[in-house]
Amino acid sequence: MNTNLRLELTGITKRYPGCVANDGVNLAIGKGEIHALLGENGAGKSTLMKIIYGVVAPDEGSILFNDKEVTIKDPAAARELGVGMVFQHFSLFETLSIAENIALALGEQSGDPATLNERIRDISTKYGMPLEPERLVATLSTGERQRCEIVRCLLQDIKLLILDEPTSVLTPQEVEALFTTLRQLASEGCSILFISHKLHEVTALCDKATILRGGKLSGHCVPKDETSSSIATMMVGDDTPISTKYIRSQGGDNFVEVNGLSTKSQGDFDVALKNISFNVRKGEILGIAGVAGNGQEELLMSLSGEDIHTKSTAIKFDGVTVDGFSPMKRRRLGLGFVPEDRLGRGAVPEMTLSQNTLLTSFDFGLVTKGLINVKKVTDLAQSIIQKYKVKAVGEFSHAASLSGGNLQKFIIGREIEQQPKVLIASHPTWGVDIGAQIAIHEAMMALRDGGCAILVVSEDLDELFQISDRLCAICDGELSPIKPTDEVSLEQIGCWMAGDFSESSASSENRRSDLQSSHINKEGALV
Amino acid sequence: MIRLEARAEVSRTWAYLSPLLAAILTLVTGFILFAALGDNPLNALYIFFISPISDSFGISELLVKSAPILLCAYGLAICFRASIWNIGAEGQLLMGALFGSAVAIYFVDSDATYAMPLTLLGGILGGMTWAALAALLKVQFNTNEILTTIMLNYIALNLLQWGVYGPLKDPYGFGFPQSELFGDSTILPIIWEGTRLHIGILFAAVAMAFSWVFISKSFIGFQVQVLGMDAPAARMAGFKEKSLAWLVLIISGGLAGLAGAGEVAGPIGQLVPHVSPGYGYAAIIVAFLGRLHPVGITLAGLLMGLIYMGGELAQIELGMPNAITGVFQGLLLFYLLACDVLIRYRLIPAK
Repeated sequence: MNTNLRLELTGITKRYPGCVANDGVNLAIGKGEIHALLGENGAGKSTLMKIIYGVVAPDEGSILFNDKEVTIKDPAAARELGVGMVFQHFSLFETLSIAENIALALGEQSGDPATLNERIRDISTKYGMPLEPERLVATLSTGERQRCEIVRCLLQDIKLLILDEPTSVLTPQEVEALFTTLRQLASEGCSILFISHKLHEVTALCDKATILRGGKLSGHCVPKDETSSSIATMMVGDDTPISTKYIRSQGGDNFVEVNGLSTKSQGDFDVALKNISFNVRKGEILGIAGVAGNGQEELLMSLSGEDIHTKSTAIKFDGVTVDGFSPMKRRRLGLGFVPEDRLGRGAVPEMTLSQNTLLTSFDFGLVTKGLINVKKVTDLAQSIIQKYKVKAVGEFSHAASLSGGNLQKFIIGREIEQQPKVLIASHPTWGVDIGAQIAIHEAMMALRDGGCAILVVSEDLDELFQISDRLCAICDGELSPIKPTDEVSLEQIGCWMAGDFSESSASSENRRSDLQSSHINKEGALV
Repeated sequence: MIRLEARAEVSRTWAYLSPLLAAILTLVTGFILFAALGDNPLNALYIFFISPISDSFGISELLVKSAPILLCAYGLAICFRASIWNIGAEGQLLMGALFGSAVAIYFVDSDATYAMPLTLLGGILGGMTWAALAALLKVQFNTNEILTTIMLNYIALNLLQWGVYGPLKDPYGFGFPQSELFGDSTILPIIWEGTRLHIGILFAAVAMAFSWVFISKSFIGFQVQVLGMDAPAARMAGFKEKSLAWLVLIISGGLAGLAGAGEVAGPIGQLVPHVSPGYGYAAIIVAFLGRLHPVGITLAGLLMGLIYMGGELAQIELGMPNAITGVFQGLLLFYLLACDVLIRYRLIPAK
């Protein structure tokens, strides 16, 4: 039998203690087809692609590759078949060169070392993503690192390329370049499995889509024939509202004023902040866009007080200079803070939700004469769980036992319940399912409308365009100009994210852009 | 044959069962060990573990031996919960003994009522000073406290030797390396007539209650544990890392110092070169065996006291070397660390 299928999965089931990650999933990808795998976090996308790449073995089900039944016992075997995978988190050694990294990752499969550099140069040029094999990975941008991972896959005779949320780290312009490369690959017969939860990208790029929900197959579709909201309904089920538009706010007086904030980089891979100035008004949301690793972490540390500058006077909360203040002192001035890492910074993994409530809410009547008032802590924890619809067994559940989205709802709820005067949130809805996303956004809107100054740092442009009142971007430690969100085009923000802050950079040269055609929020479409 | 598989969640059951299993495995190994040495293993185990506490005097001695171990272990548990690995209880105990002795010798002919409290206070200060050195090195210079506290143990031992061979030596002691016998005003009162059981065990009881409140009830204890489990979260919440490090080391040093002063002003009654048979080290095992919880530590401390007594009895009745105590301590720690794997992993037969 000779079908035109590259890969066919039938009845794939994988059970983990306490959950079924994949439950009888079917998936078929044709030769030269770009196939999207869609689903919320926790829907089973990762498990499925790990099964294809031989990282985990399925409990049940069969895998046909080029019409032959195969058992993929490890990633090397997968590569042998012609399956390549680009993980969301790159596995590169920063102190090694591109060629050395590729040789390390592929082992013997990288072929003759003498010609490796040449082959890397050839292939990367051929697919429009030139790379210098001798360059150290540490000197590469995120986009270039991703190219390095893709080129690694292309060095072999690739039949199926799996990409796990490849666009989440790229600027809009880089996304376009990536799509061009992928289309070229597909036209040569390579199949591509593209994992994402950004629907407009899927519509722009993919021929077919498979949607997972709660570990089960939710449906197959042709993205071009569907609307964003019909796909979204397949992802989240019928009962979740999927689109919201918020009214922009002007805000009042300044609450946060940052004037000429500069830092020195601590190590080789740190970014120094360069003369950053901005303000956040009471009752508005300021969004800061940017590709990770451009100084966001340093800026947030300086604002939260985790990084204290005793000598400078750059940061003011409501007129009070706070540069030298500890996080606790800043909290007492009204700071609420939602860090990027939920587990391990926003919450202690091995502690219960009650204890994690106490972690930052200690000033709110929970401690009397140095002793913890257990009853009050429990009550507060329970009310946060209830009010913010945190799915947990109870306030005694360990933070580590919650899913990322639920923990985030809990952390945001914990901070909002403190009625902060300024809320600083990093990636507030990263990896959070749509239902929770909306709940978090609405809670932040209510807080904003109550007069709180909110600063959101995020890599998710859709989110920033949706909730920010004013918008800017950070690149290499420098802040772009700040403009009202409605006056910022997607192109403009892309240039800012790439470090081009000049006014003319967002010329209205109308390039063909899949992204523009599916511009976020145009029809109030899904995030 | 068998392989380890990570559990979905940390097993609370095994957190409690692991010390029990470790104790059982220690006994089994002891059985084999005694048999290999040609002794009747049951008899040997009886001599080691049962006969020391077969009468009321034995029980009082067990409490005498356990008191210093417990005092050290409660303090260490607080340090360990902050992930500050204080291995220096031994040195802090010795400095407590040295400082306490200096005070006691000053009051040797006095019958002042404050002499005994001052002796103990001297011991506490001695232990605190020694721990403060480690805290200073850690907080100001980012030195690894495991190394500094171990090294400070040796310095403390040498300082104590210097004291006992030098300024604190009994001028009428025929050159023996020991101090004068302490005066009655500085000797800890006996609380059980006819035995050596002194009020040190009450200090241990108070320390147990204190450490329980500190760990389970107080906000500062909560901060300590957040710091120990997740330092970035402690930083995010604004807890003062440096102050907390100082605090736990000072508490633990103070308790170890009290234990040292309690030894010289208690069962020993003078300063001698060998104040402690490694109580400060044994307390590390006790703290972990007791799961860093005051109640668990109390049970583990009594077991450790028993091992010390059993070791002595085995020397006398079975002619075994002194090392037998260390062997059993080592076995216990070894098995505990091994059994703790079961908290995070389960054993399953390999296919």
